[in-house]
Amino acid sequence: MKIIIVGDGKVGYSLAETLSQEDNDIIVIDKSDEALRKASENLDVMCVRGSGVSARVMIEAGVRQADLVIAATSRDELNMVCCLTAKRLGAGHTVARIRDPEYTDELSILKHELGLDLVINPEQAAAGEIAQLLRFPSAVNIEVFARGRVEIVEILADDTPIVGMQLKNIHRAISSDILIGAVLRGEDLVIPNGDFEIQKGDILYVVGSPSSVYNFCRQIGKCTQKIRNIMVVGGGRIAYYLVQLLRKNDMKVKIVDNNRERCLELTELLPDTLIIHGDGSDESLLLSENVRDMDAFISLTGNDEVNLMMAFTAKQLNVGKVVAKVTRTDYPHVIKTMGIDNIINPKLITTNHIVRYVRGLKNAIGNPIETLYRIINGKAEAIEFIAGTSTRFLNVPLKKLRLVENTLVAAIARKGKIIIPHGNDSIRLGDSVIVVTMNSGLTDLNEILAPGGILE
Amino acid sequence: MNIRLIVKNLGYVLVIEAACMLPSLLVSLACGQPDFTAFLITILLLIATGMAISRIRVEHDDLYTRDGFAIVALGWLLISVFGALPFLFSGAIPRFIDAFFESVSGFTTTGSTILTDIESVPKGLLLWRSFTHWIGGMGVLVLTLAILPSAKAGSLHIMQAESPGPAPGKLVPKVGQTAKILYAIYIAMTLVQVILLIIAGLPVYDAFIHAFGTAGTGGFSNMNRSVGEYNNVAVEIIITVFMFIFGVNFSLYYQGLKGNFKAFWRDEEFRFYTGTVVIAIALIVINTLGTVYQGFWDSLRYASFQVSSIITTTGYSTVDFNLWPVFSKAILVVLMLVGACAGSTGGALKCIRIVLLFKAARREIVKIIHPRSVHTVKIGGKVVSEEALGAVMSYFFLYMAVLVVSTLIVALEGKDPVTSVTAVICTIGNVGPGLGVAGPVGNFSSFSLLSKIVLSVDMLIGRLEILPVLVMFSPSSWKRVNI
Repeated sequence: MKIIIVGDGKVGYSLAETLSQEDNDIIVIDKSDEALRKASENLDVMCVRGSGVSARVMIEAGVRQADLVIAATSRDELNMVCCLTAKRLGAGHTVARIRDPEYTDELSILKHELGLDLVINPEQAAAGEIAQLLRFPSAVNIEVFARGRVEIVEILADDTPIVGMQLKNIHRAISSDILIGAVLRGEDLVIPNGDFEIQKGDILYVVGSPSSVYNFCRQIGKCTQKIRNIMVVGGGRIAYYLVQLLRKNDMKVKIVDNNRERCLELTELLPDTLIIHGDGSDESLLLSENVRDMDAFISLTGNDEVNLMMAFTAKQLNVGKVVAKVTRTDYPHVIKTMGIDNIINPKLITTNHIVRYVRGLKNAIGNPIETLYRIINGKAEAIEFIAGTSTRFLNVPLKKLRLVENTLVAAIARKGKIIIPHGNDSIRLGDSVIVVTMNSGLTDLNEILAPGGILE
Repeated sequence: MNIRLIVKNLGYVLVIEAACMLPSLLVSLACGQPDFTAFLITILLLIATGMAISRIRVEHDDLYTRDGFAIVALGWLLISVFGALPFLFSGAIPRFIDAFFESVSGFTTTGSTILTDIESVPKGLLLWRSFTHWIGGMGVLVLTLAILPSAKAGSLHIMQAESPGPAPGKLVPKVGQTAKILYAIYIAMTLVQVILLIIAGLPVYDAFIHAFGTAGTGGFSNMNRSVGEYNNVAVEIIITVFMFIFGVNFSLYYQGLKGNFKAFWRDEEFRFYTGTVVIAIALIVINTLGTVYQGFWDSLRYASFQVSSIITTTGYSTVDFNLWPVFSKAILVVLMLVGACAGSTGGALKCIRIVLLFKAARREIVKIIHPRSVHTVKIGGKVVSEEALGAVMSYFFLYMAVLVVSTLIVALEGKDPVTSVTAVICTIGNVGPGLGVAGPVGNFSSFSLLSKIVLSVDMLIGRLEILPVLVMFSPSSWKRVNI
């Protein structure tokens, strides 16, 4: 697919990186030589210097033949005009990053008038991700498939009753219809089979419907309390969207911000929320606002280091769930050792959303990929396919299929029902099939079959 | 330096060179000439060495600019050494340095020869000699990129190190795809020329030899008197036009294929190139008319062929231009320095650099008249960065420096000044024939061993545009940790 990316910032660059590795033709447009040099030296992409709003530059980049134009500059207006220009010049699809809440409210009109196919708001996406984490406190990470009907939840297996058990025996101890799709042991990722034995310290990736996953967590003693009180430091856009989302879930939020103007603004925007003016990095302030009694602590200021330090402090003060926003992606391993429950990176989330959309677009014909998630630092992928007429193993029991290595059919969603597949289940026409795999670049459901894969 | 990765890539290059020798092997088999075994041994040697070193395990496959440069420089040295073996094994050229000179001259598309009687050399070897022009013109590593599916982001460094011109770019976002498109255009144009030459009356074998020589802007012929031997006006016109065509930036042809024919005239380099050719032809016609040639058409015929041949650095000749008036010869020497367009198969300084140098010089003059004026150098309406401009100037300096040093060494053997200087100019510019002893009817066999080595290195330096060769000789680039 031919994709033009306007804006070679962090999002633009990581999009170019991911998408070019998936065999797309990428053209990057940016005004800055410096940014383009990095892209042209490290990636197999073509760079065009100039402004994305200029029709001349767009035509030079080949917008007329482009299947997709992604506008990811730092300015909303620029992105909108880019997409408008691109669409008028004949681009197939357009994606714009639009983050200002004032535009977000008018999104449906904007989308229609500018011919945008996807609008992504990094802050809103990040808020959505945090809200999901809070609803499911023991999980370290959650991914949603089949429009929310299937979840993949990351759980740490320390001191749970299932430690030392083989996977095939788990259903005897715990009555919940789930499947363990992948296990991270140290640095190694395993797609387990029935003989796999769970050890202490393993990170499990549990697949199932939301209720059965919740059930499973409750039975292994991972979901003991529900989160009610949340402290948020940094009253930016993410905080605003987050409060909007959590309001529906009967959770109380307290926002700390050190900018008085912003605090006043927030009282207007969020009338039911407690707004505190003060420095969130001051431990005494946190203590006086009884941070110890909070169920969750979220640091969302504009400074990575401050966010991490605050999250670290909160963790020391025994707050149940600690989330920190980190914009830089450079030190994932160091941050992992700090014991902070979750790291939220709005730019990474934006990239993932767009990549997901691109794959969906690319596979619009035949067996489409509905959603794709990079899980476990990109070591594995969880992909949702729709079984179409071209799928070669419809109605064949799974035990008769030989799959390629490190691949697992994790769940099947059929007419509002979730099936955690066993040997006798089979894939039928129209099913959503969730596959967990360590082989990246899977684009078709038929590719999960090993050569000579259907046993008689 | 990622030495393992460099070695692995060199292995691929050798295997591809073995494949390139197959046509010559078949021709020598068909003709039943003794060079068959020479080719067979060389091919087996290439495959064995290539396979062995391409199996090497690579720790990490990050490819940086310095690695790309090293692959290109070492790759060219290696293919030249292996390319010399058929000459040596078959006994056509008994001394290794001579064979090496001939092989380098082939790959770098120079076309200078040490052979005194070309027509006595077996046909397989002559085909190999011309085929090296064809591969060397577009580049061996570009061919590797086009064939191997493993072209990754870092491969751009390889392509940039091998392709001529100040800022070689991609035609399409993928390096591998760009290489394929370039070779497709190249192959198509070569085939058209072959067909036209056959129609004009050349034997099939000769047509291929001359098409290869023209496409790569090399200049090897299978005749002692080069193209002049045929005395065929149609053949001369075809070769004149095709030499000119192969001296144009290939990205313009890609634009043309996409229907954008305006790109040709909008391209400042193309305008400069065409203008230079027209003016040079006019001047030589005026200068030779009435002195060497009596008729206008004769004069135009020989002048246009020679100008096209020299500016594209091909080096074919239809007449002995040594006998032309001094002014005409001087024009040819200037053309030897200017060369063809960037991104073509031609050599020397390249038109784009000359254009940039003129513009930079004009800016200096404006600066003196208006000391506070702000002035950027533009090409086709786009600002050329100061960095790129600086690179062009230092390239010009390095080119001249290499030229001066080489001339001093070649002068040691005491040949006349014109021969010494033009021998260096035409090898570093990948032209082929110079003036004097090294002229179109002469050859390089009378030069000493030292001169031949220096001239061989000059050809490589000229083809690879200096820097890859200099990087290879710079010790700090080979240290594991370079500070």
